[in-house]
Amino acid sequence: MKNKKLAFESLRTVLAIAISLIIALITILLVSDMPGAALKAFLFGPLDSMRHFGNVLEMMIPLIFTGLAVGVMFQADQFNLGAEGAFFMGAVVSAFVAIQWPMPSFIHPVVTIFMGGLTGAVFCGIPALLKVKWGASELVSSLMFNYIAFFFGLYLINYFLRDINAGAMVSFLLPATAKLPFIIPKTRVHFGLIIAFFAVAVMYFFNYRTRWGYKNQLTGFNSLFAEYAGIKTAAVVISAQLIGGFIAGAGGSIELLGLYRRFSWQNLPGYGWSGVIVAILARRNPAYIPLAAFFLAYLRIGADLMSRQSDVQNEIVAIIQGVMIVLIAAAGFLEKAQYKMVFRDATKDLAKPGKKTQEVEG
Amino acid sequence: MHDDALLRMEKITKVYPNGIVANNEVDFSIRKGEIHALVGENGAGKSTLMRILFGLEESQKGRILLNGEEIRNDSPHMAIANGIGMVHQHFMLVPSLTVAENMILGVEPKKGLRIDLQKAINETRKLAEKYNLSVDPLAKVQFLSVGIKQKVEILKALYRGAEILILDEPTAVLTPQETKELFLELKLLKDQGNTIIFISHKLHEVKELCDRITIMRNGQTKGTFNISDVTPTDISRLMVGRDVILEVVKDTAVPKEIVLSVKKLVMANNLGQTAVKGISFQVRKGEILGIAGVEGNGQRELVEGITGLSRIAHGEVVIRGEVVNRKSIKEIRNLGTCHIPEDRMTYGVASEMTIEQNILADKFDAKEFTGMILTKPKAIRKLSQKLVEEYQIKCSSPLQEVGMLSGGNIQKVVVAREFSSEPLLIIADQPTRGIDVGSTEFIRNRLIELRDKDSAIMLVSADLNEVLELSDSLIVMYEGEITAYFADASKINEEELGLYMLGIKHQTPEEIGGIVYEK
Repeated sequence: MKNKKLAFESLRTVLAIAISLIIALITILLVSDMPGAALKAFLFGPLDSMRHFGNVLEMMIPLIFTGLAVGVMFQADQFNLGAEGAFFMGAVVSAFVAIQWPMPSFIHPVVTIFMGGLTGAVFCGIPALLKVKWGASELVSSLMFNYIAFFFGLYLINYFLRDINAGAMVSFLLPATAKLPFIIPKTRVHFGLIIAFFAVAVMYFFNYRTRWGYKNQLTGFNSLFAEYAGIKTAAVVISAQLIGGFIAGAGGSIELLGLYRRFSWQNLPGYGWSGVIVAILARRNPAYIPLAAFFLAYLRIGADLMSRQSDVQNEIVAIIQGVMIVLIAAAGFLEKAQYKMVFRDATKDLAKPGKKTQEVEG
Repeated sequence: MHDDALLRMEKITKVYPNGIVANNEVDFSIRKGEIHALVGENGAGKSTLMRILFGLEESQKGRILLNGEEIRNDSPHMAIANGIGMVHQHFMLVPSLTVAENMILGVEPKKGLRIDLQKAINETRKLAEKYNLSVDPLAKVQFLSVGIKQKVEILKALYRGAEILILDEPTAVLTPQETKELFLELKLLKDQGNTIIFISHKLHEVKELCDRITIMRNGQTKGTFNISDVTPTDISRLMVGRDVILEVVKDTAVPKEIVLSVKKLVMANNLGQTAVKGISFQVRKGEILGIAGVEGNGQRELVEGITGLSRIAHGEVVIRGEVVNRKSIKEIRNLGTCHIPEDRMTYGVASEMTIEQNILADKFDAKEFTGMILTKPKAIRKLSQKLVEEYQIKCSSPLQEVGMLSGGNIQKVVVAREFSSEPLLIIADQPTRGIDVGSTEFIRNRLIELRDKDSAIMLVSADLNEVLELSDSLIVMYEGEITAYFADASKINEEELGLYMLGIKHQTPEEIGGIVYEK
C-alpha cells in the first residue's frame, strides 16, 4: 500500500510536469514565427555544448541549497520564504568577510561560507522567534524581512564595500584567496557543487537518521502530538529555521565565491523562491532535491537559450513553473483516479476467498 | 426479502479513499413504525451505512428503495426531502442561537423579507408538545444540557418532516436517567407512526427499546432478527464472531504507597472559566482510581494539569514526592508517567507517520534507541516489531502509516507506546472510546495487568460500564468538583451513580475527604 502510494505520488508529479511542458509547447507554437528553432533551443539547447550543460550544473548549485533550506523548514511545518533573504544576506556578509578579513586560501572560503551561513541562520531565526513568542505568522514576517534584508544589504555594500572606481554599485574585487575553484574544464562549474551534494547527504541523514530530524518531522506532522510526547516544539521550530537559514546563507555565500568577481546584485536573486519550487517538487525528501534542482535549472537554461536564439522570451519558464506548482500542490488533481485505484484494490482483496470477510460464527 | 419493507438498501458497497472497505454488499431494510437497532463493533460499517442513507457519503455500488421506489440521496437535503432525518453523535447546533432559531436554520419561515420568528417559536412549541419533548424554544443552545440538546436535534429532524429518524449512538453522552427519558420519547415517536434506526453498542439498551435488530460485522450484515428471538450473548457472538467476556476478571487490589497526589487543584479551561475547582485526591500503587462524570465537568482540564499539557492555576500536583507544577511534559514523563489521551488523532498519533515512528515518539532520546548523533534503526525495528506482535496491531508491517489503520488499532499503537515505557503512573483518559470490542477487551485487560504489577492508574471514562468494571475505587466529578467518593467501586449502584453525576446528590466533605489517605 505504501509503495503504491509513493508510486502514485511520483506519477502525479511526472504528470504535472508533463502537462505544464505541453502547455509551454503550445504557447511557443502559438507565439513564435520560428517554433522549430525555439523548441529545439528550449528542449535540447542545454545539451548542445559542454558550456551550456555547465550552465545547468552551475545554476543547480544555489537551487540545491535553497531547496534544502526551504525543505527543512517545511518539514517542521514552517511554510515561509526566509530563504530568499537569508541567501542574499549570506552573500552580503560573505563579501564583507572576503574583502575585509584577509586570510590564506583554503581557510578563507571556509570562514567566509561559515559566516554567510551564520548570517542566514540569524536571519531565518527571527521570524521563528516572533512566531514562538507572539504567534506572528512566519509566512508574513519572513516575506517582510526579505525587504529589510535587501535594503540593509545594499546599504552595507554601498557604504562599506563599494568600489567607487567601478562605475556601478558593486563591491571591491573579491580576493583570489576566498574564491572557490572551478572543477570542470571549459565550464564555470565550481567546487560549490561538491559542497551542495555533501549538504544533501548531511540533510538526508539529518532527516531520517537523527533524533533531531525525527523531532523535526514529528513536530511538522502534528505539533500537538509532539508536545504531548514531551518534545519542546518551540525549540524544534527555531532550530529548523536556524538550520534552514544556515543552509540558505551558506548557499548565497558559495554562489558569490564561486561565480562572481564582485558583489554586484541589484535585486533579490530569487533563489529563495525557486527553493520553494524545488522543495515542493522533491516532496520534502532531501534525496530528491538535486533531481528537482537539476530539472528547474535545465528548464531555465533552456528558456534562456531559446530567448537568445529565437523570438520567444524566457518568461515561458514562469508559465511552466506556475502550472506545475498548481498541479502538484492541488490535492484534488487525479484524486478520482487514485480513488478508483484504491477501490479496485480493496474490492480485489475481498474477492479472494477467506480474506477479511471470513465467517467465523458457528 | 421482506415485502413489507418501508426502506431498503441493497448491495451497498463503500470504499474510503484510504482503501478501507467500510461496507461490502450490505443489504438492510426496515419496516414502517418500528425501532430498528443497528449494532456492530466500531469499524463494522454502521455509521458509514447510515451516512450513505443520509446523503453524507456516496456509495460506489448499490441502491436505496423507499416504498419500493428507487431514491437517490446525494446530499442531506435530498435525504430530508425523502423524509429521512439523522441525529448525529456530535450535535450540529449553533450554540449562540436559540432553540427556535436552530430549528428553522435553512428552512426559515418568511414574512416578506424577514424571518418569521414568532411562527418558528410557535411551531417548535407545538412540535415539542406533540412528541412530549419538553424544550424551551427561547433558550440559548449553549446553556442547554447534553440531553436537552439531543431533544433539539430530534425536533429539528421532525420539523424538517422526517419520518425515518437515524440516531447515531444517542445514549453515549447521556446519564442513565436521561437515557430512560429518551427511550420514553422514542417509544412515543414510534407510536405516532415514525420509524427509528437506533445505532448502538449497548446490548441491554437495544434489548429494552428495539423491535428488530440488524447486526453488522466487518462491513457486512450478519443477519436481521426480531429482538425477542435473540439473547445478548447471541448478538455479541454475531458482532465479534466469538464469545466475548464482557465482564473484566480481576482480583481485589492491594494498594501500596501513594504515587499521585492532587492537592486543592484549580484549573482554568480555554475560555478562562474555572473548570476544576480546588479538588484533592490521591492514587496509590496497585490500584485503579476511576473518575466518573458526564463529559465536560473538568475531567479534561484535570488530566491536562497532571500531565503538564496545561498550566496549573492553583494548588499542587505531586508525583512520587515531587511537585510537578513547574515541570515540563518531558520531566513529568521521566517520573514514570504515561498518558493515554482522550483524543487520539489530535494528541495520540501523527497519522501520516509510520507505526514505528509513532511508537518512538516518547523514547526518541533514550540511549537504547539513539546514539550521540544517529538513531539506532535495528533497536527501533526490534521494539516496533515486538510491540506490534504483543499488542496484536493489525497491520502489514510496522512501516505502515498509522492513518491507514482502524480506530481500534490506532488506539493500540498509542497504548503500546505508552505502556512500553514501564509506567509507574498511568493517566488513562477514555482509553477505549469508540473502538471495537476486541481492542477494548485487550486494553482493559492490559490495564488490570499493569495494576497487578504495581502501577498506579487514574482512569477517566465517560463509559459507565468501563469505570464500574475497572475501577477499584471511584470518584465522581460534577462541575469541576468531586461530588462523591466510593472506596469500593464494586458496591456502587448505577442509578445512584447517575444522581451524583448529574449533581442531584452530593456527599458530605467528610465522606469525600476519604480519598486523601495521607495529608
